[in-house]
Amino acid sequence: MSAVVVSGVSKVFSTGKSAKVDALQGIDLAIEPGEFVSLIGPSGCGKSTLLRLIANLTEPTTGSITVNGKPSRQARLDQDYGMAFQQAGLFEWRSVAKNIELPLELKGWDRAKRRARAMEMLDLVKLPDFAHHMPWQLSGGMQQRIAIARALAAHPPLLLMDEPFGALDEMTREHMQAELLRICKETDTTVVFVTHSIPEAVYLSTRVVVMSPRPGRITDIIEVPLGGSRDDDTRETGDFFSKITEVREALRGAEYAVGARGIEDR
Amino acid sequence: MFVVSMALVAAAWEAYKKWGPQDGGEVLGWKILPRAKDRVMPHISDIFSRFTDPLNRASDETVLEVVLKGVWFSFRLVLAGFGMGLVAGMLLAIVMTRFRFAERAVLPYLVVSQTVPLIALAPLVASWGGKLELFGWEWPRWMSSAVLGAFLTFFPIAVGTLRGLQSPTAASLELMDSLAAPWRRTLVTLRFPAAVPYIVPALKLGAAGAVIGVVVSEISTGLRGGIGRLVIEFSQKTTGDPAIVYTAVLGAAFLGLVLAGMVAIADAVFMRNRPKEVDA
Ligand SMILES: Nc1ncnc2c1ncn2[C@@H]1O[C@H](COP(=O)(O)OP(=O)(O)O)[C@@H](O)[C@H]1O
Ligand SMILES: [Mg+2]
Repeated sequence: MSAVVVSGVSKVFSTGKSAKVDALQGIDLAIEPGEFVSLIGPSGCGKSTLLRLIANLTEPTTGSITVNGKPSRQARLDQDYGMAFQQAGLFEWRSVAKNIELPLELKGWDRAKRRARAMEMLDLVKLPDFAHHMPWQLSGGMQQRIAIARALAAHPPLLLMDEPFGALDEMTREHMQAELLRICKETDTTVVFVTHSIPEAVYLSTRVVVMSPRPGRITDIIEVPLGGSRDDDTRETGDFFSKITEVREALRGAEYAVGARGIEDR
Repeated sequence: MFVVSMALVAAAWEAYKKWGPQDGGEVLGWKILPRAKDRVMPHISDIFSRFTDPLNRASDETVLEVVLKGVWFSFRLVLAGFGMGLVAGMLLAIVMTRFRFAERAVLPYLVVSQTVPLIALAPLVASWGGKLELFGWEWPRWMSSAVLGAFLTFFPIAVGTLRGLQSPTAASLELMDSLAAPWRRTLVTLRFPAAVPYIVPALKLGAAGAVIGVVVSEISTGLRGGIGRLVIEFSQKTTGDPAIVYTAVLGAAFLGLVLAGMVAIADAVFMRNRPKEVDA
């Protein structure tokens, strides 16, 4: 059973009386369990919209989406996925442990069970001593780890992330990428990851989905066969660089397609 | 700090008495400087010693007892008014958050309601006393004063709470959605805690409003028993007893301080464990 199946999906936002935005058009994508799929493209190409459609935070205009073999709405109600955004978005009035427990509270777990799981998650993200800290006492990178711990607390099979490391500095960012790969391997989680960093997409992904704007669509899907165990040395291999070049050229092709279309539109 | 500023005010008062014109003064032809006579501006010491004297020859209650009784009476009205205003304001804010059209439909009326002068409203609401019956429950006279306190309380509470309930980011709201949280759950778990830094300053405004509403309506409707009534009663005695009106004024100020203190405690309790710099 596929983790995510998007078939024939389009999304039109109406922004005024007659004004409309074709955010996505003709999207078909199937993601298998264990995959790490990145969505990359210039801003405005509909990456976030596609992720929010998979999360059932918005409904598609046409087409259908299944997650874990269920309609996406049912998957959301069953908490079949966890989600993390660019801003960690921790609740400042809750301790770190209480933030991680949030999805479990909504599932109706009892206190002791929740606390035990929160501690387990804190070990997983390597912040075991911070249970009773308040979020604002943590650095940006640490907050983002807590957000990941929260997203994975209920052990969902799928993790949806929208530029989660976009606000971090380069050093922290690379460290977090390595940590994310480790965590997903340990927990056996499928990931859909939005980014606009090419090296980030290549380093993390088993597949990179290249998108282009107006209307948002998929122009290329690039396999990244760098193997399951990637570390800092991977970033210096020739294969890594040639994949980066390949994705960059695919993106340029996508942009060129936009330019041509722009002229056509006049 | 507070003690120092109090001392400075007292010193300024006494200095003006010493060197100010006894029968008032004119500046550029306007008669604006107050008269510094003892009859108009009693010594601070006289005001305080007046507290311990009996109210009048026939009475065995001291002024302090009378004033404190008035403060206690008004305090209960203020609490009732504040409580009603708090509940009404929060309910309004919740309804306006839940239904966007309610915000557009209701908020303008709330703003307009606050432009009606309290003095104009007081006699109307006071006239309900002893006349109005709701479901067999007779509207007591004191209720009118409490309602006027609530009238000044609910507005800052409603506006502050509304801003607070609407303060969570789109990402936070989507997080709750992604966890399949129903609206009520999001209200309790996200919107309400996020609103606390907005509600606390609104409580300060609301408490001040409740005190003003109750005292002013006591004065304008002549409700017996409260500090507002004492201010009028005592001010009629100033010819023979100049210090006494100031005791009632100090009593009213004390009432305000008690409320301010209660809100400060609420502030400390609700804002513990919060980041210290919040732009509310
Ligand atoms: N809620 C919305 N209402 C109207 N237009 C929207 C909405 N969300 C996104 N859009 C539009 O859809 C397009 C794709 O947006 P988005 O998915 O956020 O792009 P990306 O994440 O790739 O930068 C943009 O043109 C954006 O303006
Ligand atoms: Mg985006």
